[in-house]
Amino acid sequence: MSSLSQYTDIYRDHRATLDSHSAPVINALRPAAFDALKGKTLPDRNTEGYEKTSIEEMMAPDFGLNINRVNIPVDAAASFHCGVPNLSTLLGIVVNDEFHPVGTLESRLPEGVFFGSLAKAAATHPELVGRYYGKVASLDSVTTALNTMLVEDGVFIYVPKGVALEKPLQLVNIFSSPTPLMAVRRVLIVLEEGASAQLLVCDHTQDSTQQYLSSQVVEIALSANARLDYYDLEESREGTSRCSSIYARQEDNSSLLVNGMTLSCGNTRNDYYIEIAGNGCDTLLAGMAIASGHQHIDNNSSVNHLGSHCHSRQLFKYVLDDDASGAFEGGIVVNEGAVKTEAYQSDRNLLASTGAKMHTKPQLLIYCDDVKCSHGATTGQLDQEALFYMRSRGIGEKMARTMLMQAFMSEVIDTVRMEGLRERLHLLVEKRFHGQESFCGDCMTSCAAAKKQ
Amino acid sequence: MDKNILLDIHDLHASVDGKEILKGINLQVREGEVHAIMGPNGSGKSTLSMVLAGAPGYTVTGGNVDFHGKKLLELSPEDRSHEGLFLSFQYPVEIPGVSMVNFMRAAVNEKRKYFNESPLSASDFLKLMRQKRAIVELDNKLASRSVNEGFSGGEKKRNEIFQMAVLEPKLSILDETDSGLDIDALRIVAGGVNKLKTDRNATIVITHYQRLLDYIKPDFVHVLYKGRIVKTAGPELALELEEKGYDWLKQNENQD
Repeated sequence: MSSLSQYTDIYRDHRATLDSHSAPVINALRPAAFDALKGKTLPDRNTEGYEKTSIEEMMAPDFGLNINRVNIPVDAAASFHCGVPNLSTLLGIVVNDEFHPVGTLESRLPEGVFFGSLAKAAATHPELVGRYYGKVASLDSVTTALNTMLVEDGVFIYVPKGVALEKPLQLVNIFSSPTPLMAVRRVLIVLEEGASAQLLVCDHTQDSTQQYLSSQVVEIALSANARLDYYDLEESREGTSRCSSIYARQEDNSSLLVNGMTLSCGNTRNDYYIEIAGNGCDTLLAGMAIASGHQHIDNNSSVNHLGSHCHSRQLFKYVLDDDASGAFEGGIVVNEGAVKTEAYQSDRNLLASTGAKMHTKPQLLIYCDDVKCSHGATTGQLDQEALFYMRSRGIGEKMARTMLMQAFMSEVIDTVRMEGLRERLHLLVEKRFHGQESFCGDCMTSCAAAKKQ
Repeated sequence: MDKNILLDIHDLHASVDGKEILKGINLQVREGEVHAIMGPNGSGKSTLSMVLAGAPGYTVTGGNVDFHGKKLLELSPEDRSHEGLFLSFQYPVEIPGVSMVNFMRAAVNEKRKYFNESPLSASDFLKLMRQKRAIVELDNKLASRSVNEGFSGGEKKRNEIFQMAVLEPKLSILDETDSGLDIDALRIVAGGVNKLKTDRNATIVITHYQRLLDYIKPDFVHVLYKGRIVKTAGPELALELEEKGYDWLKQNENQD
């Protein structure tokens, strides 16, 4: 029997509670999500597209769900440990699934811009949220339907027509719970015509001894000429499982950068669904995965070209050490009518040990003439010639390997356009390869210090 | 008074993929000397340099090498470098994503660490780079680029000599450093090597042609053939080889 039933049971038994903690716009989709799950099971290794990651196993343990919204005290020091420089970003923290503005966030947002609780926004601006909520994500996905059925709160980001946000937005996700916990997180991002924004999401686990599971669904709606840079940085622990889906829909001439960077994780599955609906769009989907120990990271992408004259590029790179395992399944679909499409995909992987495993499956479906497409996937070891060249110059083997692994990742890091973040990432990755613990906190601190100077 | 022996190769045998390439090399190099090793293609010249530098894939099957009192063959490639061995590669390796600056900083500081010295300060390091770059007229722009990536043939070889200048080795092995160089680049590279020459260090020049030896004057010329040094003489041997080719040597050797 699928462990899905333990979640549908919660819905059946606690629907009124869920509804009472949320808003009508969000509640309105629950029955449809519940119906979509009827007769379904959670994907396991026999399900196409999930051969290397069983969501069934990931979600089978009896995680607690804080549906009654019991106030879990947040260790302020722990969340502040991130050392995020308040001056450089507009910061919000999501504790489990609840949004907390940091400092004077609300007063510093430009006129008409919203960055806050999804449930609150859905209550105060039901018409606006209702226009987009659940419209980009699809209930065909079991994990998305599950999220939609159980979600109570989340984050809503809205940038009105023509507004260019100068300061980046930053969202820090943390877990706080004395017992195993599942957090159902939801983010809705709406950029109106000609709007632009940068968002950095940091996904952290503070406590390495606790078991956590996050179900995350992000919906991004980009109107014509809108531009979003979305950075998703995961630094979590081996006891954490993450099931994340990012959906985006792009209208005419919009530009989207999504860069998902897994610095460390437990068991992570990331799905990316990008629908390029408009003409003349630009899309860059990048991913970096570093895993060691028994960490597992699975990225699954789907870039769907509907409009004409669009350009998309996918770049994923993995470095796997110890007994870590990685998977990548990347899809490009060029539909009929999507003429003059240029769509590229590249997946390059390094295995730093004999115990590490990588599975990769690129897919390209073209239903249109007059397009340029390519895909390529390689998995290999460090370049032995380069390694010897460096050693012959006195650079010790360990350091040479670290430098080569860092160099390998620099292509992904260099896609980052956010001021300061690129340098910070180079440092984070360097520290990661040097095997340093709690590298993120250290780095943020030094970054904050550098900013002050 | 005799100069100190820097490198003493005794009956060195080595194989690649189970095939014996070096079949008993004997060579002594003293401080202040320049040795040229010449020989036809496939005679084992590059194998000798790779074995001395400690490249993986080369198996030493016999003999020993003393490097100023250290057992060279027992050292890791990085420790050979720290102890003062430098190989200028015939084909310098491109390393995308590793900048020249970071590469050299790591090399310099790893060596300092080996000798229990603290890392160079940023300003001292940059000063050192500037100083050494001038020796081979290496463009500053190359410093910010990835190691050898997109360098021309001449730039790659100049970059090798630049690294040699920074690391100040006791013994430099220049493996076909003249290949792929035009006459101007050759002059600059050779000029750099000559500037770095002291009476405390030594150079082994591996070359197929006499051309480079017009610029870097050898004290001894050795001919390597079928994995052994078959002839040793003064610089006049190089001229003789240039004139007669290697065939007369091969004939002599095959008659033995």
